[in-house]
Amino acid sequence: MDFSWDLLLNAITSGIMLGGFYAAVAIGVTIAFGMLDIVNIAHPAFIVLGSFLAYFSIHVLGIDPFVSVGVFAVAGFLFGRGFYRAYYYFFERRGDDSLQGLAFFFGVMFIVEIGLVLAFGVDYRLIDLPYLARTFEIGPVQIPLRLLAPCVAGIAMLVAIQLYLSRTFTGRAILAVAQDLEAVRFVGADPIRAKEIAFGIAVGTAIIAGMLLIVIQSVEPSIGREFIGRAFAICVLGGMTSLPGTLIAAMILGIAETMTSTFFGPSWSPAVAFGLLLVTLAVRPAGILGR
Amino acid sequence: MSSTASRPAPVARPAPRVFSLPVFVIGLAIVAIEIIFGGQAGEYYLLLAYVVLQYVVLSVGWNILGGYAGYVNFGTAAFFAIGCYTTIALSKLAEVPLPLSILAAGVVAGLLGLGTGYLTLRLRGVFFSIATLALAVVLQTLIVNWSFVGGSRGAYILRPDASGVFTTYVQYLLVVMTVLALIAILVSIAVERSWIGMGLAAIRDDELAAEASGVPGLRLKLLATTLSGALMGMAGAPFPYLITYVDPPSAFSLAIAVNAIAMPLIGGTATWWGPVVGAVLLGTTQQVLTVTISSAANLLIVGIVLVVFVTAAPAGVVGLVRSIRGGRA
Repeated sequence: MDFSWDLLLNAITSGIMLGGFYAAVAIGVTIAFGMLDIVNIAHPAFIVLGSFLAYFSIHVLGIDPFVSVGVFAVAGFLFGRGFYRAYYYFFERRGDDSLQGLAFFFGVMFIVEIGLVLAFGVDYRLIDLPYLARTFEIGPVQIPLRLLAPCVAGIAMLVAIQLYLSRTFTGRAILAVAQDLEAVRFVGADPIRAKEIAFGIAVGTAIIAGMLLIVIQSVEPSIGREFIGRAFAICVLGGMTSLPGTLIAAMILGIAETMTSTFFGPSWSPAVAFGLLLVTLAVRPAGILGR
Repeated sequence: MSSTASRPAPVARPAPRVFSLPVFVIGLAIVAIEIIFGGQAGEYYLLLAYVVLQYVVLSVGWNILGGYAGYVNFGTAAFFAIGCYTTIALSKLAEVPLPLSILAAGVVAGLLGLGTGYLTLRLRGVFFSIATLALAVVLQTLIVNWSFVGGSRGAYILRPDASGVFTTYVQYLLVVMTVLALIAILVSIAVERSWIGMGLAAIRDDELAAEASGVPGLRLKLLATTLSGALMGMAGAPFPYLITYVDPPSAFSLAIAVNAIAMPLIGGTATWWGPVVGAVLLGTTQQVLTVTISSAANLLIVGIVLVVFVTAAPAGVVGLVRSIRGGRA
């Protein structure tokens, strides 16, 4: 492992690009876990579901996943709304959403994962988009379009959701639910409806992030487990409820992972997120942009 | 004064004993039956019994923290694998008798639980759960990169010959696992019936109120995490001898992670016998189903049953039995 500036520059660049994609992965967790207090550990399973939808789209339907993802994301949004309704009915309304609710999401994660195994098998799947095969070179730094496109898409999605949350009535209602659910009732908004829409958005982002994932790397059904630590580490590090914090934290994790992978070997990178999560929990549980 | 004096003094309900003699006797009887008749039984039945008992240890161990204190541990596979790999690491160093590696596995896994708990249990409970989810991934990364215990290639372990009263080594392993299950159940009963269990139940119901009334929350939670981790690690220690070849995917098996949660929740988490019922029911069903249908479909069924139970019968089989009984009375 001899050190070189080129290597370092490349590691930081690809870390930033990976960070943009990780932001897309973590948005849904920040919304569901940070804002709505729903510990959706099935989120990464929904991401992998999105990956396989993209795979299905190009290999069976013959439609470019960047085109079909809109439809899938809307389907995910509607599914998420229905899913939250069920979760609310069975757990939140009864008030025991801790143990049983966690087990519920664990079971759902499991069903999605095994369902994908039964439908697609355990092999790694990849999609190949020829127009993303180019690589830009700026001096010694290489920027593959295959990484740049998901990064830009992830950041764009985050900005769009941030605008939606801060500019529209429903968006503000969602932010208000994150602060004080009872107070939302008093000012005449329906907190359950706000949570339902927000959870729908969270699932929609998972489907999109899944499409981006299969553009970056090959995917197999149980790969979602590697993203649980990452998504929650980013959410906690970013300060739980803050989308800008999520973006910054995603960049930090992305850079930390590519540095680890460049200088210590790629087999160590899954441990980075956990280390980051533990350090955050031990040193500053409020996260970098936390109140 | 006179009216209160005439009323008979309230009889104090005798506190249940911390040590359960009937369970102990039944356990010993089962061990005796296994020693006497295990030699004649087919190996398939011995393996079946072993796997079911392994799940009894795992789910009873899980329940000490998950059921009594309400803190969900998703990392059972990590603790189980730590137990497996303690055995393998020790066997690489010297010829260690199995009971000793089980003890060592208990210590290592207990320390792992203590460490994870110490870092995350001071925060909201959900952080502990998330940390345990990631724990399995990280430990698997460590093991894959650690060539001493075989790395990603896996490690072989030599089974010693059966000795003493045992006809085959599998029979010996079954007896060992039965003893472990007995220990796990006795520990669980002791926790449930002592002040520890009451403290944990108070934490589960309302942590703030429990702390305010003097329950040493963090210390009790750490104790439960350590005990629970140690039991789950001990369940993993004999596993390498059972399958003689261990690689990271088989030690960090998904089936273990999901079953350790599904079994107590399906059986019922409030008592020690809920997880036992869940493990026996679900474990036997799975063993039968694995023969008849594929193992993936088998796990899918576990997932669906888990979701159905947590939504429709949150108190598990124990709760169902109680409500049926209550309805009759």
